[in-house]
Amino acid sequence: MIHSLFLINASGDIFLEKHWKSVVSRSVCDYFFEAQERASEAENVPPVIPTPHHYLLSVYRHKIFFVAVIQTEVPPLFVIEFLHRVVDTFQDYFGVCSEVMIKDNVVVVYEVLEEMLDNGFPLATESNILKELIKPPTILRTVVNTITGSTNVGDQLPTGQLSVVPWRRTGVKYTNNEAYFDVIEEIDAIIDKSGSTITAEIQGVIDACVKLTGMPDLTLSFMNPRLLDDVSFHPCVRFKRWESERILSFIPPDGNFRLLSYHVSAQNLVAIPVYVKHNISFRDGSSLGRFEITVGPKQTMGKTIEGVMVASQMPKGVLNMSLTPSQGTHIFDPVTKLLSWDVGKINPQKLPSLKGTMSLQAGASKPDENPTINLQFKIQQLAISGSSATDECHCRWP
Amino acid sequence: MAGNGLSYSEQGGEAALELAQEAAPTTAPSAPAAFGLFSSDTKKNEDLKQMLESSKDSAKLDAMKRIVGMIAKGKNASELFPAVVKNVASKNIEIKKLVYVYLMRYAEEQQDLALLSISTFQRALKDPNQLIRASALRVLSSIRVPIIVPIMMLAIKEASSDLSPYVRKNAAHAIQKLYSLDPEQKEMLIEVIEKLLKDRSTLVAGSVVMAFEEVCPDRIDLIHKNYRKLCTLLVDVEEWGQVVIIHMLTRYARTQFVSPWKKDDDDVVEEYNENNFYESDEEQKEKDWKVKKTYVMDPDHRLLLRNTKPLLQSRNAAVVMAVAQLYWHLAPKSEAGIVSKSLVRLLRSNREVQYIVLQNIATMSIQRKGMFEPYLKSFYVRSTDPTMIKTLKLEILTNLANEANISTLLREFQTYVKSQDKQFAAATIQAIGRCATNITEVTDTCLSGLVCLLSNRDEIVVAESVVVIKKLLQTQPSYHGEIIKHMAKLLDNITVPVARASILWLIGEYCERVPKIAPDVLRKTAKSFTNEDDLVKLQILNLGAKLYLTNSKQTKLLTQYVLNLGKYDQSYDIRDRTRFIRQLIVPNEKSGALSKYAKKIFLAQKPAPLLESPFKARDHFQLGTLSHTLNSRAAGYLELSDWPEVAPDPALRNVEAPEAAKEWTVFLGKTKKGKPTEKFYSESEEEEDESASTSATESESGSESEKEDKEEGSSDESSGSSSSSEESSDSESESKESTVKKTSRTAEKSDSEDIKKKAKRITKKRNTSSSSDSESSSSEESSSDSKSESDLRSDSESGKSGRATSSKKEEKPIQDRKAPNKKDVFLLDLDDFYPVTSPLSVPAAAVLSPSLAADLEGLSLSGSSVIDVCLLSSELLQFNCKIAASHPSEGS
Repeated sequence: MIHSLFLINASGDIFLEKHWKSVVSRSVCDYFFEAQERASEAENVPPVIPTPHHYLLSVYRHKIFFVAVIQTEVPPLFVIEFLHRVVDTFQDYFGVCSEVMIKDNVVVVYEVLEEMLDNGFPLATESNILKELIKPPTILRTVVNTITGSTNVGDQLPTGQLSVVPWRRTGVKYTNNEAYFDVIEEIDAIIDKSGSTITAEIQGVIDACVKLTGMPDLTLSFMNPRLLDDVSFHPCVRFKRWESERILSFIPPDGNFRLLSYHVSAQNLVAIPVYVKHNISFRDGSSLGRFEITVGPKQTMGKTIEGVMVASQMPKGVLNMSLTPSQGTHIFDPVTKLLSWDVGKINPQKLPSLKGTMSLQAGASKPDENPTINLQFKIQQLAISGSSATDECHCRWP
Repeated sequence: MAGNGLSYSEQGGEAALELAQEAAPTTAPSAPAAFGLFSSDTKKNEDLKQMLESSKDSAKLDAMKRIVGMIAKGKNASELFPAVVKNVASKNIEIKKLVYVYLMRYAEEQQDLALLSISTFQRALKDPNQLIRASALRVLSSIRVPIIVPIMMLAIKEASSDLSPYVRKNAAHAIQKLYSLDPEQKEMLIEVIEKLLKDRSTLVAGSVVMAFEEVCPDRIDLIHKNYRKLCTLLVDVEEWGQVVIIHMLTRYARTQFVSPWKKDDDDVVEEYNENNFYESDEEQKEKDWKVKKTYVMDPDHRLLLRNTKPLLQSRNAAVVMAVAQLYWHLAPKSEAGIVSKSLVRLLRSNREVQYIVLQNIATMSIQRKGMFEPYLKSFYVRSTDPTMIKTLKLEILTNLANEANISTLLREFQTYVKSQDKQFAAATIQAIGRCATNITEVTDTCLSGLVCLLSNRDEIVVAESVVVIKKLLQTQPSYHGEIIKHMAKLLDNITVPVARASILWLIGEYCERVPKIAPDVLRKTAKSFTNEDDLVKLQILNLGAKLYLTNSKQTKLLTQYVLNLGKYDQSYDIRDRTRFIRQLIVPNEKSGALSKYAKKIFLAQKPAPLLESPFKARDHFQLGTLSHTLNSRAAGYLELSDWPEVAPDPALRNVEAPEAAKEWTVFLGKTKKGKPTEKFYSESEEEEDESASTSATESESGSESEKEDKEEGSSDESSGSSSSSEESSDSESESKESTVKKTSRTAEKSDSEDIKKKAKRITKKRNTSSSSDSESSSSEESSSDSKSESDLRSDSESGKSGRATSSKKEEKPIQDRKAPNKKDVFLLDLDDFYPVTSPLSVPAAAVLSPSLAADLEGLSLSGSSVIDVCLLSSELLQFNCKIAASHPSEGS
């Protein structure tokens, strides 16, 4: 399966390599660099690159390419999913997954990678198990380690791997037993220039932070489970029970984990809680264009809209923009032609707007398309699908 | 592989020193002397050597950490081998681990020295702790030293019958490693695989199937007896194992079952049969009819489909994709549709996952449009998608286009054409072209739309439109005059070679319809001939030849001129073509009979090009594979066979009870070890029973139930055992009948049990536990009446192994540790997740809050009583709702 892993940073340095079978020379990455050069942006590097003797499968996250080398047929998603799991594990261990962090903790990284794969086949990928095998570094532990000479490797041999609930470590103890559930919903919508919704869908996740002693068995039920159209679960959730009763029954891992993600189908009408008014015009022959956008709330059920960010990729002909926002800050990058405006909160009494002029390349003809506007925002305490109010959570210890 | 003689090519700007060290050959590792120049380097390593030889663990650890850092950066640390290998027996776990890391990296290069470490591993293989045994096996099999093959073989054999499933899992991994080291061991290894395939542990299942796929994928006969077991265990296997097993079972099913796909003309034929019953060759028809009518899916086939379905809800994209391809390749066409929803869900994950999933959807959508039509809008392109995702989505949209949705799609395409991503805009034009050819209603609309695009400012868009229009015109030879004239005018402005070539070809092909323009175009291009791209030059020659044949009066000289230019061109391709054309069209004495037909040759009616999806050719690869993604056969790709005409004997999959029982006995008698069954969330007996009962092959139901009995182990014990009735009632509806199969510590006892059971024709496993006290060893109920299915079901529902709860064991960890060989018999019941070796939990109550401690005490006293703790108090549960909406609005 997976032969080797190379970590490559944005400037093309291989800063970590790990082999699970015989060593594969790092010159194999030259094929990757070639492909990278061909693709204009990092995002366009094809995830699967064939070379004469190997196949390179890569994922790009946190400005790092994780390139896996394989030699024989293997489902590509298997490798890609695993690489993403590696990144998630690093994030879990170090808080952030960056080149500096990985370099600083190279020994831990190496030990973790060693445990995650055996001969290229995944061995321990559950964070609960890994953390038992290799303790994540903390400042306190680093200090203690230097003084006492103790180590990051767990002195107890891990046992979770041997139990029937491979995702939960054993011997968990808390004085305060608590469980938190975060419901996060995202709407993704495409809206045409007249303001009508072309497509909109809701994607939700329930993230949990469970700190319970022993082996708790939880059940979680929903007010309106029918809305959850398509669900995917953490392996701890019992499929059967969900199918028959629409109740989530599970023995949770210890700590943070994603319990489920769901999808509310696009067929249901979704009310988009904001609108954008825009007036962008270029005139032929003139080197000036007008630009004006206003953002306003719509059907927010009295909640404030915050964290509003507007981004727009302007056409190449735009040289510069002189704009004045009614609130927030804006930046126009003349190289990438990206306009971004950090709006902040929307005050329904005084709608935020951004007005001004654009200067266009002299002599260039008017761009024939209008720029796309990307809008991001957050609303706290509102479930757009109206589904995810959990009404009961039940826990028992056997 | 590694020895391709390439030294590292250093990518980044590292210091010269390091460069030199880097170049220190992996191929000739024992040459530190050659680096005398860089004495500081050697000194650094000296320094490390000293640290490794010091008596302090902290110094050693420090040195090892630095060495691992060097390995991680790809620097050569092989000269430290002798110093490092000495520490293999270190007491400190972390040092040991890092030494293992080092060994796995360098042992291959320093085989002789590596042998020094072998004895340590051999000793560890006998360690009472299963984790130490496992890790010893792991390292031993990872160091790739051919001399130790016999030792490895022995270790694998031993480990494959180890008490601990974890060690057996590692044995399965070691099989692959040994096989790649020495393929000659194949036969022996297959024996081990055969043995491990029988294993009932979910831990082992994935790994051994992986080994099977690598070592002997053609030995499908090994799977027969384990097929049903694998299907049932599947839900509980870890994600990665699931993927491997599903792929293997797909292949297996394709060889063992008959096709569930009805022929398209099925209904027609049936009708025909009925109407013409008396007229036709009766017997033959009847037979046909019968065959078609009596297709009943093999219950095992159904079992596989049913047991994989819940995995569509896995969080792991690879599992979802694996199930999707299984349904695609195995399910009746009417059922395959259930996978589309899950695949569409995957489109919300990372770009790499999207890429692979979209590719597979593209292939699916060509063959069965209906599957994805309801999700058309999910494939709309977002402005934030990377280009490769955009083009794939476009591909799918084109595949899904039909009369009903084409107008919406074309409107959507209009936006895409305006995209700033020109590569994508060009792909959209291609897509419009394909829609136009596939759906005749919109051909005219599309054509006029494309003609409008010819006046677009962007050259790439125009060029692409020209190419597509050319193809469209060829399919519609009726009306061109106007469009061709329009395009001829464009020739002055367009510079993209493909587009110019296309225009020239069009004018040449239809030169008789534009008799005035064509010669003029030739005149213009003859002037610019020398500056044109090769592609265009060839088309100029073509145009010249065609005009020469149709209108030689006007163009003879021009053509001659062009041919002369071509004769001295730099490209031999063009010189070649010139020579060929000259011989063909210019009559001279040497030219044979062929030139008579020149006109027919040049102006023959050409078949219109088929605008096809590039994914058309991919469907011969199994979906979800690397080969499918690359559209070329990857090494090690296993072909999916066609359905057999007649299914092989399904009885092959029956498991004969006596044989199995015998094996058990032997197993027990010899090693005193048992295999725990792990069933946690599996949907088990109920379903399987159904399949058995619905099965057409009633004859096997007897053995079927036997097998199930075994599988369920002691699950159908009387519910009067000490296990809580609450639990069991709870478990009725949900599928967590966890069952336990235990073997007695005392072999005689279980032997006699076995014999007794055998006498009653039902195999039961004794359910006893290791810890000598506390055992409420449940009385076996020899359910000789379990033939009756309803009984069996109710048994299994209420059945809970009567096993004292973990809390009891918690109190006895010391004892467990003393008896390591037995400790592994851990309970798999719901109420026992405590691993046996958990010394941590001894002082449990001391640390806990009083209430919890009380709870725990209660637990240990009452054995299996269940305590419900409602967590609903507001301080414990907090719900945060957040909406983050990303909202790319198109246009503005």
